[in-house]
Amino acid sequence: MNISIHPLGDQALLIDFGESINEETNQQVRQAATKLDEQKPDWMIEYIPAFSTLTILYNPYYIAKKIRSQELLPYEWARTKVLDLLSQSSSYHSEERTIEIPVCYGGEWGPDLSFVASHNSMSEEDVIDIHMKGDYLVYMIGFAPGFPYIGGMDKKIAAPRRDDPRLSIPSGSVGIAGEQTGVYPIETPGGWQLIGRTPLKLFEADRDHPSLLQAGDRIRFTRIDEAEYKHLKEGEQ
Amino acid sequence: MISVLKSGLMTTIQDTGRYGYQKDGVIVSGAMDQQAHRIANLLVGNSVDAATMEITLMGPVLEFQEDALIAICGGNLTPIIDGDSVSMWKPLYIKKGSELRFGQPKKGFRCYLSISGGFQVRKVMGSASTYLRANMGGFEGRTLEKGDQLRFGQPDSLPKDSKEQLKTLNKATSFKEASWFVGPEFTDYMKNDQPIRVMPGREFDLFTEQSKEHFFNGAFQIDSKSDRMGYRLNGTTLNLENKKDIVSEAVTFGTIQVPPDGNPILLLADHQTTGGYPKIGQVATVDLPRIAQMRPGEKINFSPISHEEAQHLLLEKEKNLKQLQRGIETKLF
Repeated sequence: MNISIHPLGDQALLIDFGESINEETNQQVRQAATKLDEQKPDWMIEYIPAFSTLTILYNPYYIAKKIRSQELLPYEWARTKVLDLLSQSSSYHSEERTIEIPVCYGGEWGPDLSFVASHNSMSEEDVIDIHMKGDYLVYMIGFAPGFPYIGGMDKKIAAPRRDDPRLSIPSGSVGIAGEQTGVYPIETPGGWQLIGRTPLKLFEADRDHPSLLQAGDRIRFTRIDEAEYKHLKEGEQ
Repeated sequence: MISVLKSGLMTTIQDTGRYGYQKDGVIVSGAMDQQAHRIANLLVGNSVDAATMEITLMGPVLEFQEDALIAICGGNLTPIIDGDSVSMWKPLYIKKGSELRFGQPKKGFRCYLSISGGFQVRKVMGSASTYLRANMGGFEGRTLEKGDQLRFGQPDSLPKDSKEQLKTLNKATSFKEASWFVGPEFTDYMKNDQPIRVMPGREFDLFTEQSKEHFFNGAFQIDSKSDRMGYRLNGTTLNLENKKDIVSEAVTFGTIQVPPDGNPILLLADHQTTGGYPKIGQVATVDLPRIAQMRPGEKINFSPISHEEAQHLLLEKEKNLKQLQRGIETKLF
């Protein structure tokens, strides 16, 4: 393992697990996050996992009082604690959650499905098939509340962003941008090609876990029809 | 209860920020000038994380429906109660029926109105801070508007003499100021005479020698398209030695990132949780209140500071603020 730790300003440190985006590196990030969840260090404010890094926000004043040392910098102390934590073996075993996301593909729910199909010289049914068969991993949540960065889409259904971004994309929209697929948790402007919509609420502030998805989740897209969409949507309200 | 008679330029409810949910993509928000927010709370006997009102450049007009103990800290936006200008950085006893408004801004960009008991809004994910883009938190997830009615809580322990003070207000006066105030070492940070201290960012060494040199020796100007999310800075553009794709990772309040157009962006309280642009620097936390008080159009200079020194300064500042807190408590309780 090639791990390095760097200060991010004077109240945060960043653990770098390697530069590239791949499942192994991302799994190391998750392992470290799980250890932090288990141990809940009192000097930590929160952590932010990303593709290949984990950032820890800490309270330097709290650490200074705790260690009662004039010489030792709180950052250096926290860094040692983090190295300790990383070297410990963990009870973590890759127990992954698989979250099923029901999608009503095409029609008014996915107005760009036909574009994605013709762009890749295939039928709409082929696009849906390939999209559903993908093996997807949530690498991180960012950009907007509950927005998942998803890896694993088949390049065969890749499609460029729209030239004229929509001013408003409804929440739950499932789209494709380049070689990525994604789901919009909240209504937002955007240039993704929309192929369907899910009735699930990906983000809700008042839930115990506001974000439906978390880093490390596997996703499976399943197909529902309009009637099921409406039925499930009512259940979500 | 306080009635909003006029909204002002941008008036929101904020606190120390919404922590613990950045891993869900939820930004921190919170008061831009945490020092002014904190001292404002201390002056009315609140805990430092009580909700205050963040007032931007052109203040609102507020009518008090009850007697209250308030404080106004931060930029001097010329607070006026019923026609008389009032002092900042000290407790103020204000009488029911009085009107607080703001005149021509004199210094700084934002000020904080605290009220004993704190502004009462429904907390979302543990915080009262307003997250405007997601319409979440604060007062109905938005800036205050004419007609809004704001509640404030019963203070846990009302400063002992505040009720007495209020009783001594006679019919002719709408407010009374405490005889003491917070010293200049905590309030006199709004003059732009020293450069902002910046630690090198993770990708500092990837920039050209010329760009690194310019970053610390040139001047930038805060663009008018700046908001609580970030200040766009105009000056000579900054360039990487070689193009490099950066994998998205966490950024914080004070991160200075450089998008491909070469114009740096200084991230502020409403910054996104992660960013994918190279980071040339990171503002020392002790200088963030100065940043928060700068106006669009203002010039900004940077000087280098080591990460060790920045942390030492932060610890020293925290010690001083704790001392101030004890001082205020002896006056109030």
